[in-house]
Amino acid sequence: MAEEVSKTTEQYDYEKQKNKEEMKQQVISFALMIIFTIIAFGMVISDLNSLFVIPVILVLAAVQIGFQLYYFMHMSHKGHEMPALMFYGGVFTAFLTILALCALVWW
Amino acid sequence: MSDQDILNPKHMPHNPEKATLEGKNKFIGFWFFLGGETVLFASLFGTYLALRNSVNDGKSSEELFGLGLVFIMTMLLLTSSLTSVYAMYHMKNNDFKKMQLWLGITVALGLGFLACEIYEFYHYIHGYHFTMRSSAFGSAFYTLVGFHGGHVVFGLLWIVSLMIRNAKRGLNLYNAPKYYIASLYWHFIDVVWVFIFTVVYLMGVL
Repeated sequence: MAEEVSKTTEQYDYEKQKNKEEMKQQVISFALMIIFTIIAFGMVISDLNSLFVIPVILVLAAVQIGFQLYYFMHMSHKGHEMPALMFYGGVFTAFLTILALCALVWW
Repeated sequence: MSDQDILNPKHMPHNPEKATLEGKNKFIGFWFFLGGETVLFASLFGTYLALRNSVNDGKSSEELFGLGLVFIMTMLLLTSSLTSVYAMYHMKNNDFKKMQLWLGITVALGLGFLACEIYEFYHYIHGYHFTMRSSAFGSAFYTLVGFHGGHVVFGLLWIVSLMIRNAKRGLNLYNAPKYYIASLYWHFIDVVWVFIFTVVYLMGVL
């Protein structure tokens, strides 16, 4: 592997800096996830209309998952086309599964 | 790349988890597995959503769930997700000791989560006589949440065995993919929990 043969200190510092920047983004997404969680719990505790609360907390959960996947699990990095295909394939099937099971009982 | 380069690399590449073919294969294969896990949990979520009102004159979700404990559990698991991100940050900077330290913190937080969950189930079973056999809601609840708890147990055992097995080896291109994959698994556990606390607990008390 070419990148292994020689690595100058400049390159090393550059990579370290890059890692640091990524870590900063990850800490920010962590803070947002905490805030979203608190909002979700707060909305449920306060006596709001559940028809309003349920969609909102589901959206908050979906956004949190996005942060987890794209920042914590690095899906925002290059070379994640296959993982995205695998995962969204799973999500698609998951959606159909939940829809089918709920529809069966609803009938 | 020879075995010697993999076990004792002179320079660590920027992404040690994907520097070898084995690492790349592990990475792709693991995401494939996560796609399958998503479907597995979806079937449990679907079952729960379909059966959550079938309480068989027993306890309903409003009577059972307490949001305080669930909030603590959520914070523990969310924080443990961040600490495993820190571990991967130190892996990329080739700082083995700090990586092990952060993984240790992750394990501690995971154990805290597990203790809360065991307490919760114990409380339901002995305080409310709400068991897997009480109602269809009980079966669906314990299967879904228990399956997630099982994943937490497995993830903890996985991370701990990696830490112990590689404690004296240090970081190399052979074990870097293993650490990376274990941390992905840990994040996925948190992904599932976000939906559990939203769909099961928050929607359960509404």
